[in-house]
Amino acid sequence: MTIVLEAKNITKQFPGVLANDNVDFDLRQGEIHAMLGENGAGKTTLMNIIYGLYRPDAGQVSVDGQPIVIHSPKDSIQHGIGMVHQHFMLIPVFSVAENIMLGDETTRYGALDRKTVAQRVRELSHQYGLDVDPHALVGQLPVGLQQRVEIIKTLYRDAKILILDEPTAVLTPQEAEDLFRIMRELTEKGVSIIFITHKLKEVLAVADRITVMRAGKVVGTVKPKETSEKKLAALMVGREVILKVEKGRAKPGAEVLKVDGLKVHDKRGLESVSGVSFSVRAGEVLGIAGVQGNGQTELVEALTGLTHSPGGQVWFAGSDVTNRMPRTITETGMAHIPEDRLRHGLVLSYAVADNMVLNTYYLPPFGVGGILQPKAIDANARKLVQEFDVRTPSPYVPTSKLSGGNQQKVIVARELSREVKLLIANQPTRGLDVGSIEYIHKEIVAMRDRGLGVLLVSAELDEIMALSDRIAVMYRGQIVTIAEAGKVTREQLGLWMAGAHPEGLSHPHT
Amino acid sequence: MQSSEERFSNPILGLLRAAANALLVPLLAVLTAMIIGGIVIALAKGDPFYAYVGLFQGAFGSPKALSETAVWATPYIFAGLAVALAFKGGLFNIGAEGQLAFGAVMAAWIGYALPGVLGIDLPAIIHIPLAVGLGALTGALWAAIPGFLKAYTGGHEVINTIMMNYIALNLTSFLLNAPMKDPNPDNVIARTPLIAESARMPIIFEGFRLHWGFLLALGVAFLIWLLLWKTTMGYEIRTVGANPDAAKYAGINVKRTIVLTMALSGLLAGLAGAIEVTGLNYRHELGFSIGYGFDAIAIALLGKTHPAGVVLAAILFAAMRNGATRMQFLTQIPVDVISVIQALILLFVAADAIIRYIYRIRAREERVVLTRGWGG
Repeated sequence: MTIVLEAKNITKQFPGVLANDNVDFDLRQGEIHAMLGENGAGKTTLMNIIYGLYRPDAGQVSVDGQPIVIHSPKDSIQHGIGMVHQHFMLIPVFSVAENIMLGDETTRYGALDRKTVAQRVRELSHQYGLDVDPHALVGQLPVGLQQRVEIIKTLYRDAKILILDEPTAVLTPQEAEDLFRIMRELTEKGVSIIFITHKLKEVLAVADRITVMRAGKVVGTVKPKETSEKKLAALMVGREVILKVEKGRAKPGAEVLKVDGLKVHDKRGLESVSGVSFSVRAGEVLGIAGVQGNGQTELVEALTGLTHSPGGQVWFAGSDVTNRMPRTITETGMAHIPEDRLRHGLVLSYAVADNMVLNTYYLPPFGVGGILQPKAIDANARKLVQEFDVRTPSPYVPTSKLSGGNQQKVIVARELSREVKLLIANQPTRGLDVGSIEYIHKEIVAMRDRGLGVLLVSAELDEIMALSDRIAVMYRGQIVTIAEAGKVTREQLGLWMAGAHPEGLSHPHT
Repeated sequence: MQSSEERFSNPILGLLRAAANALLVPLLAVLTAMIIGGIVIALAKGDPFYAYVGLFQGAFGSPKALSETAVWATPYIFAGLAVALAFKGGLFNIGAEGQLAFGAVMAAWIGYALPGVLGIDLPAIIHIPLAVGLGALTGALWAAIPGFLKAYTGGHEVINTIMMNYIALNLTSFLLNAPMKDPNPDNVIARTPLIAESARMPIIFEGFRLHWGFLLALGVAFLIWLLLWKTTMGYEIRTVGANPDAAKYAGINVKRTIVLTMALSGLLAGLAGAIEVTGLNYRHELGFSIGYGFDAIAIALLGKTHPAGVVLAAILFAAMRNGATRMQFLTQIPVDVISVIQALILLFVAADAIIRYIYRIRAREERVVLTRGWGG
């Protein structure tokens, strides 16, 4: 097979980090080449170099055997390289066709030629089995379809090489399956794909070759047949990784959280949580499974005081905390790992040390008589950085400079270093690499064993099944059922998540 | 990466490096603006070199020039701090002008009328703080209104502070033309009577207009720095400014903090007005303060919303205003050239990409979040 893209001896130095250290990479015609690596391993840097967002300090990128110089994405698009970013670059109020032509508009007598574009979109969509209506408004499409719009956008610009950056992070399992089908169809038509991910199962399912990066270096390129999840994980992290969470039997104690008939409205004023009831006991993990958007976000916001709930009650550690201020709830002993760490969990421009006291800054020893105590904040930061293994050059680096996994560790460190009775972890490992996931899972189990109640919300069924002692399934704002973790299969949960009724199975109990 | 590892191991070096980093772009902006200003002067058939010598002499060339520059700088520092503090809290206070006017009106009234109302002579030690303090408080209350509207109704502070400027300036005009007008039969100007001797802030050196208000301004700048970076209240203000969602998550009362930030901002603007009345003019006159509140925005931006930067920027603006007269005297270049240069400085600081491009400075990723959009 011919090599369509080759990167040779790529080196890129950032202040304090050698992000790419003499990296070689090649992509063959019509293959799916997976790029695997932890956050900060350098795979995104390499892709950004290939896509023209960064310039390498040394090394050469060639397309079809010809060395090319890339100054900007414009050049790489000209060489047939297209990239679909993890966060879509789409305008929600524009139609699919308008989004696709954006930046490369076809005009007729000075007016936008929507017709021709729509026609071309339909052709591409048909050719690659993408099935997208060019006139639909992007904002009204589900995430999976929006991603296809991004893919068509690159094909529309005649991309022959497609870089997909963490494409499954935002997809449901079904949508991910669809994406893999599309990827295979694309490669059959001659497109070559670089697939960046941390998810080992996916890599083994879809890739033709797998390149693993660690600490800025390529540590190996393997074929899926010759490897396994365990081997890949070890290659990625550089040591044996325990993929299965080790945990003993739960020893549930007293009830720490009791929710009764709670109702919550979403931002548009629609009821998104319609009267849910459940409880969490000390020393157990209650997992809430469900496809994203079934009310989990609003439920957690109501429990933590971020949102007002119009009905129902929440008891926490013996007191009624329904609609109390976040500070009251935090002080009662609730730790919260928020779903959106960038929006709620961190102030990105702040130093790591300052983020580590985000909800305790006013309490001794950090704030005494309204005065911040830099020594105490410094000592706290250094202790937590070490204890929770946060990889940062210094506690005074802006948190925005850290990788996603380390940012999450800052939050975990902050929340778990307080005296707490209950941990609410909402999507605690979303977008993180194997090493960080392993670490955070271990922490959650350790918390449970120390006698904390844990409410775990996750759209990843594997995560729910690995950590929970009991599993509640949420569907359209209601808890369909609550089951003992050991007595329920993945398939059953999947059915309930899709709205099937649990009649005849276990009886729902609160 | 701007590592501040030295924050504890080597504070002086770290501080110097941080200062050099922070000052680079504003200094180059000033330099570039002066070069372009020089071209404008040359086009107007003037001698740019001579003009700038005049400007410098006028601003710093003699004890009197220095004193006058400090006098100019005083309201600039207060008002610049007002705008900068609001920026730190994520708010754009365009209303410093109105808050300043009300601060001045209140200080003037306390200054000329209060002893009469109370029927006693007030000693200076009470009268001055009373005039200054109540003037500042008036500014704070006036600014708290748009703060309240922002926090509890979502009304954008940019629109509301602009509107409140109109109310404040027209109300001031009414007060100075009717109830508070200087009753002296010779007076035709919209101004208050002179304030009592006991309400006048003392001058520092005999024969110069420089008054204690300037030192107060420097002290207040230091206090604002302490407030923002050394207190929990400052942490709250900065957190609400940088990420209101995270602030809410952290248990900070975001609404109260917004009102408080605006009130503090108004307090500083009110101080600017009150100090001008008690330290310099000894009365309030319609039109004396026009523009301070708006120049303050430029000063806050040039000073990168840092109190120390604001002081430097205020002194620069004051020097330009003060030196312009001498420049005009020497070269017949109209003082309006100074406005052109100041506008250019602001342009370059606001659009610092231009400066970074000209001088090939690599952008750091951090950007000062000045204000958020609608509903932000």
